[in-house]
Amino acid sequence: MNKRNHKRHSQAYQIWERFSRNPSAMLGLAIFIVIVLLAVASGFLFDYDTVIIKQNFAERLQAPSLAHICGTDDYGRDVFARIMYGARYSLGISFTAVLAALLFGTVLGSIAGFYGGWADMLIMRATDVLMAIPQILMAIIIVSVAGSSAGIIAFALTLAQIPKFTRVACSAVLRVADMEYIESARALGEPGPMIIVKHIIPNCFAPLLIQTTLSVATAILSVSGLSYLGMGIETPIPEWGAMLSAARPYINSKSYLSIFPGVAVMLTILALNLMGDGFRDAADPKQK
Amino acid sequence: MWKYVLKRLVAMIPVLICVTFLVFMIFQYAEGDPARMILGFDATEEAVAELREEMGLNDPKIVQYGRYMWNLLHGDFGTSYSTRMPVVTELASRFPNTLKLAAVSIVVAMAVSISLGVLAAIKQNSIFDMFSMVLALLGISLPTFWIGLICIIIFSVHLDWLPSGGSEGLRSMVLPVITLSMNSVAAITRTTRSSMLDVIHSDYNRTAKSKGLSKSEVIWRHTLPNALIPTLTVAGIQTCFMVSGTIMVENVFAWPGIGRLLVSATQNRDVPLALGCIILFSVSFSLINLVVDLLYAAVDPRIRASYKNK
Repeated sequence: MNKRNHKRHSQAYQIWERFSRNPSAMLGLAIFIVIVLLAVASGFLFDYDTVIIKQNFAERLQAPSLAHICGTDDYGRDVFARIMYGARYSLGISFTAVLAALLFGTVLGSIAGFYGGWADMLIMRATDVLMAIPQILMAIIIVSVAGSSAGIIAFALTLAQIPKFTRVACSAVLRVADMEYIESARALGEPGPMIIVKHIIPNCFAPLLIQTTLSVATAILSVSGLSYLGMGIETPIPEWGAMLSAARPYINSKSYLSIFPGVAVMLTILALNLMGDGFRDAADPKQK
Repeated sequence: MWKYVLKRLVAMIPVLICVTFLVFMIFQYAEGDPARMILGFDATEEAVAELREEMGLNDPKIVQYGRYMWNLLHGDFGTSYSTRMPVVTELASRFPNTLKLAAVSIVVAMAVSISLGVLAAIKQNSIFDMFSMVLALLGISLPTFWIGLICIIIFSVHLDWLPSGGSEGLRSMVLPVITLSMNSVAAITRTTRSSMLDVIHSDYNRTAKSKGLSKSEVIWRHTLPNALIPTLTVAGIQTCFMVSGTIMVENVFAWPGIGRLLVSATQNRDVPLALGCIILFSVSFSLINLVVDLLYAAVDPRIRASYKNK
């Protein structure tokens, strides 16, 4: 038991060791940590009712200054505070959706890869169907019927992301399924589900980690895109896409309103892409 | 080869049937009574009930789906609730615009990104290389609709060079094409550069160089054809992304295509119209996937050989 724990630890540790020697990956991680910290801090720094959504017409549409480093919006609210608070929605929804997709996708993918036969057939045909609907389209369909609460958006993104994880997990499982340690576990009479959980999934760690990082990035893009279209999180909630949508009438005169929330999205995606590239290089050091 | 094409086309049919079934059933739970929506709020209860019966809305869902599919096979997508026009007419008038936008964007994206990627690889570690790599990394991190907003701020508001929306003439196409192709340019540039580098450092490339071929001959005859296979893979994936990218771009630039039609249809709860747009998107998406797979086979002799054995 101890030995197994040690091995599982060491694969993640090796990846981390190579990752930490990659400056651009560490830059991505640093940006990401700062964004997460700002998102967490915004909950303590700003009161939602009095700072984030309360209208203050005396300070309406002020250009960026020392008092408001990103200016104020058409209701006199501080844009920087709203961007910080908005990270909670973008990150919260995206992480929930991707972790749920990771869970379901890994389970379905391992079942398909490990057992094969009709289970494989059924699961893979279902992913074909879900994959024929692009992510943003899936979100539009579900949101237009079920409403645009954060939970519904997360559900729609989960549904759209499951097939990718299923495929990654399935091909990873197929790669390790013939290994000798799986054979020996089988020979020892361990039941199938046990083998999947104890031996297969820990060894598919790297591809799933890479897919998770990249999926969070596309989920954040979908959340903000959906809100920009007016079908996602709605104002006055300070979601980044919703803020950009609300800034659209002022694009001629107050273009700073259309810039800062987008910078926030860009930095988050950039950080995740750098981390994803870093994990990929760390998981497969031979490939350049 | 043709057998394989046919097999893939046939395999698409059940997938598309399942997609239409799934989407049709989801839309059955949309709020609002279609009959009430068509007749307006002043209509009497009897008139609404009569129309419901006439439209077959009281039949079981599965019967309604069967009827929808039967009509679909005869080219009838139903009638839009909001405009009272056949959905086919609406789709036919909008689809060429979306197609034009996506096709021009992918051509522009490939032309720009392959040149950038090849040049960056040939001049590895130069200022140009570093500059284009940083640009590419930023490019894949930008949300499509925000690129559009930034383009409007720079080129329409401040410089006043190009219109910020509409679809009149070539000038109005410039910003949507830049916006739609930006992510793809970045992604394809990165892949082209790294696969070029792989090939440049390969043994057969070194052999070609050492037998005395000129630098340009090596690049054109030996490096490029091999390096472009991964490029094609990414270009295929990017073409698929463009299907959803058009939804964002069309809404930012008020471009009269299917993406804009879809968003307004869902906002108006116009189920037949939205369903038509989604089916059209899914079919295009699946067809592009198929074409991309076939292109790999056409370019890569190894894949072609594996089909022959099947």
